[in-house]
Amino acid sequence: MHTRFITRLAALALAICAAPLFAQSLTLEIPNGNASAIPVAVVPFATQTGAPGDTSVSDIVGNDLNRCGQFRALPKADIVESPARGSEIKFPTWRLLKQDYIVVGRVVDSGAGEVKVEFELYTVGDQKNLLSSAIAGQRSDIRGVAHRVADAVYEKITGVRGAFDTRIAYVTAKGTGNNASYALMVADSDGYGPQQVVTSRQPLLSPAWSPDGRKLAYESFERGSSAIYIQDIGTGAREVVSARKGINGAPAFSPDGSRLALSLSNGVNPDIYVMDLGSRALTQITRNYAIDTEPVWAPDGATIYFTSDRGGKPQIYQVAAGGGGESRVTFTGDQNAKATISWDGKKIAMSQGNKNMYHIAVLDRASGSNTPISTGNFDESPSFAPNASMLLYAATEGSRDVLYAVSADGRVRQRLVLADGDVRTPAWGPYRQRGQ
Amino acid sequence: MKNLRVLLTTVAATAALAACSGKKAVKPPPPPVDNGGVTTAPAQSGPYSGPEALDKDSCLRQRVIYFDLDKTEIHSEFQAQIACHAAYLRQFPGAKVTLEGNADERGTRDYNQGLGERRGNSVSSAVAAAGASTSQLNVVSYGEEKPVCREHNEECWQKNRRVEIVYTSKQ
Repeated sequence: MHTRFITRLAALALAICAAPLFAQSLTLEIPNGNASAIPVAVVPFATQTGAPGDTSVSDIVGNDLNRCGQFRALPKADIVESPARGSEIKFPTWRLLKQDYIVVGRVVDSGAGEVKVEFELYTVGDQKNLLSSAIAGQRSDIRGVAHRVADAVYEKITGVRGAFDTRIAYVTAKGTGNNASYALMVADSDGYGPQQVVTSRQPLLSPAWSPDGRKLAYESFERGSSAIYIQDIGTGAREVVSARKGINGAPAFSPDGSRLALSLSNGVNPDIYVMDLGSRALTQITRNYAIDTEPVWAPDGATIYFTSDRGGKPQIYQVAAGGGGESRVTFTGDQNAKATISWDGKKIAMSQGNKNMYHIAVLDRASGSNTPISTGNFDESPSFAPNASMLLYAATEGSRDVLYAVSADGRVRQRLVLADGDVRTPAWGPYRQRGQ
Repeated sequence: MKNLRVLLTTVAATAALAACSGKKAVKPPPPPVDNGGVTTAPAQSGPYSGPEALDKDSCLRQRVIYFDLDKTEIHSEFQAQIACHAAYLRQFPGAKVTLEGNADERGTRDYNQGLGERRGNSVSSAVAAAGASTSQLNVVSYGEEKPVCREHNEECWQKNRRVEIVYTSKQ
């Protein structure tokens, strides 16, 4: 099943890589499946004359449902009938194929460069119509429309908002020394449609999304030393918000977007600060001889989690967002660093291990359980999807840095690989406000 | 404790100054003469003939200091290197260096920037203690972003845990 699936994906990736615009496209692999996932048949959508035939909406929907780990889309080769609407579904066929749900749909050309995808979701067992809906969009954004269909299906079945129609940011690097080049990129959550946000001959790192998804904060060495920029993704306009002596790193927008947590060393040693983005006033939050960095906000904006080696080795600590009440959070593993927090604040994922091997682990704050969800030796930079169903992280394979997307339970992984060069420091963007 | 270590390091660096590449101990140049607002630099006096020494002198040509894992202490084998650069900076007060701190790939990127800065600061303190002015010294940490070696083994990591002395002004 997976061989066939990968072949299909490879063909899709090849087709996209053929276009020069997509020279930096990512390819997809699914190294392991999930037998306990919910079986769902996404029947190839009927395509009206004139509708874009080069991109299969149902393939994108099926792939989305597969990679989140909670579903198992029926392989295309096993789909023996092609109903396009609910009235055409012969339910005994899908019961025989042991499917729990079935999605059927139609891609309609609505003229003026627009398409409309009409789709229906049924339970196979009691033949119940759960959803009949239509999503319209630009023909050029057919992948975005497909992700929104997947989000609607996901939410109807799980009760949780889908996060397939979101974007990710990451940094690519090529070459070394004087031939080095770095780029900050933004792509769809499945790695398609990569776009350059900024390029530099000097290192770029630590991209962080504003909560409205319109801006990225990042650290750049283009001035010869580190500085933090905030850039509008749509217009490209940007400004330096911090270029103090020493390290200006690890920016993180507060949940309401009004403040930026960051790590500043002032040439001495890094501490956590919070900048009011209106006045640019700085408040020092930690004051310690240790390295304090990688701040992230709890969803309520009241607590900041960060990495500190004040105990000798890096561990995750927390502090009130206005300062005070510092306490250690992680106690499993020799070292823990670079936390990411789930939307409900209940889970913390981080890079965990010793100095020679580390993987991504998820800490459940209520139970205290600690679950490794990655299998590499140098896995870092985890970033939760806005609904916490999946995470992105950076891994090292050979001498190459690659990105993985992994389901929150660690059961399904998907590798996002650049055509050439390294990919690193992924950041999963917020729910998308359409119009962006 | 950390301060004590830095102090010991700088004392060692100062002591090593005299031993630098068989050169004689460097005499401090006379202070600049103030002529009613016009400051004139004294004629060059010191062990080095001029900026070309940076390319020719075997000690000055060494510009990388390597570190142990997670450590910022400077090994004694690098004291001579620190001392001769300090002597050069002292002789040419207009010269400036950037001390580029680097870490190996292990650990997170932001944390490694902190580690690279610690190493840069350690070298900066040692060079200052050996006679350079702090205004001639600038520290930039690249963390793990500028490796010279990309293999995943100790031999390679050793090469990446380093501070590079980069002259941004030679005299």
